[in-house]
Amino acid sequence: MNKDLRNPLARARGLGSAKEGVSHWMLQRVTALGLIFLTLWFVVTVVSLAHADFGTARATLAKPWNAVLLIALIITMFRHAVLGLQVVIEDYVHTRWLEVASLVVIKFIAVLATLTGVLAVLRVALGS
Amino acid sequence: MAQTGRPLSPHLQVYKWQVQMVSSILHRVTGILNAVGSLIIVWGLASIAAGPEAFGTFTSVAGSPFGTVVMVGWTLNFFYHLCNGIRHLVQDTGAGYAIESFVRSSWLSIVGAIVLTALVWGYVLLGAQA
Repeated sequence: MNKDLRNPLARARGLGSAKEGVSHWMLQRVTALGLIFLTLWFVVTVVSLAHADFGTARATLAKPWNAVLLIALIITMFRHAVLGLQVVIEDYVHTRWLEVASLVVIKFIAVLATLTGVLAVLRVALGS
Repeated sequence: MAQTGRPLSPHLQVYKWQVQMVSSILHRVTGILNAVGSLIIVWGLASIAAGPEAFGTFTSVAGSPFGTVVMVGWTLNFFYHLCNGIRHLVQDTGAGYAIESFVRSSWLSIVGAIVLTALVWGYVLLGAQA
């Protein structure tokens, strides 16, 4: 309970907002807008490769524009995913330590997966 | 939760079923599953970078009966999140909140996802035969 005997309003007054609420909301939507185009392009590309052999798949990946769009997709996709998963965790995980741990874990996984994906595209695009 | 003795909001079972409930929770569920799916994309890309053997493993898993079921489910999952995401972006502009259009756009997301999934897999499976 409230140990300092002040009412909650008195403690909150004058502190102002965190001033960060809008950026999360806005970034979720800007990445969403980008993903509409990037994912549709990705689906068309993958469908066109559905029955392709390794050489064709690799050559497609290696084309400069495909590599650029893929890297854009990977970064945008994981940024969007973390923003969304964060909201779900904050809403449903009520044990504080578990909530914080989950938030950190999804960020670690997203960063590692982003780097892995980008490195894979670069290795193919730069031909090593 | 503080024991205030005030009435709590009604539990879910007293509500009449409405499509908006489904379209709302499905957006979260499909979002979580898409996050898992994004890891499959990274696996595929990494396998291409690693070489023909790793790519062969990836395609044989993805093309197995279980893999195919996952791929079809993922496609439906993705297209629902896409359709309903566009719906949410439109609603963010303040449009489409009248009950009638809200219900209609909920159904549009669901039906749109099914149609797009059928189109993609119809194309893929027809291509396999040709």
